[in-house]
Amino acid sequence: MSTFFRKVYFFLIGLFLALPLIVVAGVSVNAKQTLAFPPQGFSTSWYGEIFLNPEWRSALVASVTLALLSAALAVAIALPLAWFLWRRVAPWANIFQLLGVAPFTLPPVITALGLLTFWATAGFYGQPWTAVVSHAIFFVTLPLVTLSLGFTAIDRSLVEAASTMGADDRTVFRTVVLPLILPYIVSGYAFAFVLSLNEYIVAYMTVGFTMETLPIKIFNALRYGYTPTMASVTILFVTTAAVIFSLVARFGDLPKLLGAMSSDGK
Amino acid sequence: MRREPPRTLGDYLPILFPAGMLTIFFVVPFGTMIAVSFFQRQQGGFYTPAFVYDNYARFLSGFFGGVLGFSLMLAIAVAACCVVLALPFTYLLTRMARRVQVVWLVALLSVLSLSEVIIGFAWSTLFSRTAGITNILVALGLMGEAKALTPSFAAVLTGMVYQAFPYTVLVLFPALVRLDPTLTEAARTLGASPLRAFFTVVVPALRNTITATLIMVFIFALGSYLLPQLLGRPQHWTLSVLITDQAIYQSNMPFAAAMAVFLVLVTLGLVALTVIAGRKGEAA
Repeated sequence: MSTFFRKVYFFLIGLFLALPLIVVAGVSVNAKQTLAFPPQGFSTSWYGEIFLNPEWRSALVASVTLALLSAALAVAIALPLAWFLWRRVAPWANIFQLLGVAPFTLPPVITALGLLTFWATAGFYGQPWTAVVSHAIFFVTLPLVTLSLGFTAIDRSLVEAASTMGADDRTVFRTVVLPLILPYIVSGYAFAFVLSLNEYIVAYMTVGFTMETLPIKIFNALRYGYTPTMASVTILFVTTAAVIFSLVARFGDLPKLLGAMSSDGK
Repeated sequence: MRREPPRTLGDYLPILFPAGMLTIFFVVPFGTMIAVSFFQRQQGGFYTPAFVYDNYARFLSGFFGGVLGFSLMLAIAVAACCVVLALPFTYLLTRMARRVQVVWLVALLSVLSLSEVIIGFAWSTLFSRTAGITNILVALGLMGEAKALTPSFAAVLTGMVYQAFPYTVLVLFPALVRLDPTLTEAARTLGASPLRAFFTVVVPALRNTITATLIMVFIFALGSYLLPQLLGRPQHWTLSVLITDQAIYQSNMPFAAAMAVFLVLVTLGLVALTVIAGRKGEAA
């Protein structure tokens, strides 16, 4: 009886999570430009539209470029910081850990508005690279958290062995530390990439008037009515996220990354 | 290798870049925003350096009191719904086979990473007249004819619970994984039903986790800036929506900045209050 109850409960939660996406998936294959479910006719042309229509394609290119670069910058900021906190005794440096987590914890509007006033004051408002820096700061939390976890998982005796054999910090980092934390770098990058791809408010407040990323494009299109391309982009995004997170789970330890310390479990 | 304090200049080198980036692009912008909140607004969307309290004085109107009250109420409602739904779910999830856990975690992460724009669009489609769930109900013969369910308060609440639910599960997950399974086993051996064991053993053991999760989801929900706008009426707009609106569409940067500073203070203040309340509860 209780297994039955549990199954129903999980089914309902799953339904709640999937229902909007099922309807959007249905809408995305409508033959004509109508918002109808169940779909009338079948056509995959709205998926082609993302790549063929110059406006949607340039938004896609802008989003992917932004996500690739900002995730790389976020990792470049997080890696030396996490390494320093792990290698050195420096309680004052924890303030930077806190600063790295703050943008993600505060309501996003705050970070977005702060960056908007900053770029406007500095005179760079609207330049594409400002969005890269803004996203890197906004999402630095993700690689920072995964990397901190990665460093605590390193067995210090390995590092000690390397340094007694005469390896200096640089060699130890390259030959021992880096291979051990590589999975955490990759997953931190993946999290930052997917979230940057989907991010709207920071991108909108920094470059919204000069450049369109996909979420900005969808929002602008929403204000002028409906086009099925929004639905196909939505499905493309969900699929991309699911594929990337599945890869992280396949090559890494997802429950452990999300905070479950023991991975032996059931 | 022992951890050592940095000695030479070279030891400090690695932290220079992250510290510089975070200071220049997070601390300075935050300060800029606070400064702008005291600036004087000029016609046409510009503002000039000044030191005026006008932007803050506007909070004293009944309208902003109403918006603030509504934002807090909505965020509390979202946090409560999410924790009630997610606590038993996460508890059962942590007791499942690892493979099943991974599938659910991937699904939750995928939904969590969705843009608010996309969530808003998806739910407005689901609640629409032409493509919404009411069509399914009509097909099943439960309803006379399809109708739009948005804009409404229920639509805003549903959309925001949808957005915050995966976050809630991921916040609860580590604490629930670490929960000692012998606790419930003991309760079960002594004759408690699974439901009774959950409410009399698991929930009390997690009291602090639940409080912390409520606060985190509350802050998360306070940050929702598009869903109230896409799924609700203007009276359902929250402080976050209003800040965006003032900054982008009304071009009143000083006022938007003042509201943002206010939002930070309210958030931090509530967190501090809850932490103090939690400490007192434990002492008693």
